Amino acid sequence: MVMTGNYASAYGAKLSRAEVIAAYPITPQTSIVEKLAEFVSSGELRAKFIPVESEHSAMAACVAAQTAGARTYTATSSHGLTLMHEVLMWASGARLPIVITNVSRAMAPPWSVWVDHMDSIAQRDTGWLQFFCQSDQEVLDTIIMAYKACESRSVMLPAMVIEDAFILSHTSEPVDVPDQELVDSFLPAYAPELKIEVGKAMGFGSLVKPDQYMEFRYKAMQGMEDARERILSVEKEFKHIFGREHGGLLERYRCDDAEVVLVAAGSVASTAKDVVDAMRAKGVRVGLARIRAFRPFPHQELRALGSKVDGLAVLDRSYTFGAAGAMFTEVKASMYSLQRKPAVKNYIAGLGGRDITPRTLEKILEDMLVVSKRGAEDEVEWVDVAGLPRRWR
Amino acid sequence: MTKGHKELPLTPVSDTPSTINLTGLWRVVRPVVDLSKCKKCTLCWKFCPDAAIELAEGEPHIDLQYCKGCGICSFECPAKCIVMVKEVGR
Amino acid sequence: MIEVRFHGRGGQGVVIASEVLAEAAFKMGFEVSAFPFFGVERRGAPVTAYARIDESPIRIKSSIYEPDYVVVLDSSLLRGVDVLEGLKTGGRVLINYPEASPLDGVPSGFKYYVIDATSIASAHGIGSQTAPIVNTAIMGGFAKICDKIDIEPILESIREIAPVKVEENVAAAREAFERTREVSL
Repeated sequence: MVMTGNYASAYGAKLSRAEVIAAYPITPQTSIVEKLAEFVSSGELRAKFIPVESEHSAMAACVAAQTAGARTYTATSSHGLTLMHEVLMWASGARLPIVITNVSRAMAPPWSVWVDHMDSIAQRDTGWLQFFCQSDQEVLDTIIMAYKACESRSVMLPAMVIEDAFILSHTSEPVDVPDQELVDSFLPAYAPELKIEVGKAMGFGSLVKPDQYMEFRYKAMQGMEDARERILSVEKEFKHIFGREHGGLLERYRCDDAEVVLVAAGSVASTAKDVVDAMRAKGVRVGLARIRAFRPFPHQELRALGSKVDGLAVLDRSYTFGAAGAMFTEVKASMYSLQRKPAVKNYIAGLGGRDITPRTLEKILEDMLVVSKRGAEDEVEWVDVAGLPRRWR
Repeated sequence: MTKGHKELPLTPVSDTPSTINLTGLWRVVRPVVDLSKCKKCTLCWKFCPDAAIELAEGEPHIDLQYCKGCGICSFECPAKCIVMVKEVGR
Repeated sequence: MIEVRFHGRGGQGVVIASEVLAEAAFKMGFEVSAFPFFGVERRGAPVTAYARIDESPIRIKSSIYEPDYVVVLDSSLLRGVDVLEGLKTGGRVLINYPEASPLDGVPSGFKYYVIDATSIASAHGIGSQTAPIVNTAIMGGFAKICDKIDIEPILESIREIAPVKVEENVAAAREAFERTREVSL
């Protein structure tokens, strides 16, 4: 079928047999919940659809339903996600494997409905797994895989599947919608060890004194660490059944013998593959490393890559004020323990929906080839900003 | 005895209701109701933060197993029929 | 790769036109991608949509700046919007244009095609008389001007996508396919 990323999200939730969907509409997420509302009203999906009055309530409803043992789903974007922030923390602390789609969109002001990763990046410390997708197909597949990985006994944490605003959410692409029976064989019903049960008095979310708080956080940390292996094993099984894979935590594209590698997340990484091919055809040894999982962060994978290259050009589609791009700071931290460290430079690009063209990506890689030999004037550079020297188009 | 992380559930869950906490033990002053003055307005029942007041035909009966002795009922009572007296030798 | 840009006004079904093309090309075995200009669409405002068609999987997610084809759903856009911006030399332009009026004042270097999609949509009762929805008719015309896209898959995808008056939409597209003609400058 040819469908948008938003419909791919809706199909992903439907195929995963989400039992409770609570959502509040926001551009550009709206068509996800519209489609799911259709599925529920037509009876194609047996689920309770709760139209709530805010995103905070949407996540609260998911938390409650998941605590009662239901598989839940919601979708949001930008300000909706940040309004959920408090309850996102609750979901992970309560070890509820909720899956949401965040249609990643810039934060206002200035008001913008376009792609930017600030909303998602701002939630990196909430204890959620975060997957940045590059195609509509990956969105659908990742939702199904996220439920399976997150519901593992050793993980039991929620996951955020991130699709770029408009570039994926509203772009129609061929998407293979797998058979329900196959998905059912891959993803069994949700069966948590602990849940609210009628007739059994239990208290959830109770106060824990300083003598036990750290132990619970330690367990959540173990869950996130175990997620690394689970993401890989779940994807391996997915590939066996459905014939597709999306690159684990860090997708490497033509990185062998590369001098310089572009590190990026989301849809821009897809465009970058064309750029890498074109530059390789001219004999320039470049590659792409796509950060698919931002949480858990692929430190090991990046170290293995970093020890073999001269330079890493880290593209961030958001900026952490007072520091640098979040991908960059993580990548750089990963490199610290290496004996032979590559040069690492941060390129801030594509904020608020600014198009990142193949030409811009080529220029970034060309710049990095120079930087890896001579060092960088600035470690963090904003790309294609009016008023700065125009050297990116 | 503090439990190690392996003995703990994933998230704090108690299998007993909070009613096992007999908060009446916290009380230093106790409400005493003079039912002869009660107007059955039920304000004490509405204001009790611990739901420790039960009504019988509109008249308050205080469950001293849970009443913490906060005095809100006494403060709110328009008929002034609830007085707080010091707990002694309990 | 073929790159197509659509111009129209909010309410005319510009985005759906790009999706009809993508669906039709997909049926023919092509890889496709269709997307709107990511705006906040309002009725009457100029709207742009895009489509890419290729033999191999389409990985590029950047916008289209140098299209091979331009499809104009509303001739009033010829004034005010640079519909030819970036169009490749020799590129083809399909315009919904009134039957009786001559197309003049357009720059050379491109191939122009016209079809009176408004009259056709109106005659088939698609949309209202004051605001006929021309997207299905003009896509019939696109099958005429594009060598790689056949009319049958266009009609098939209209059957799948049109929410109401399915056969009327199909008939309008077929009629437009037959009546689309090249304009010699």
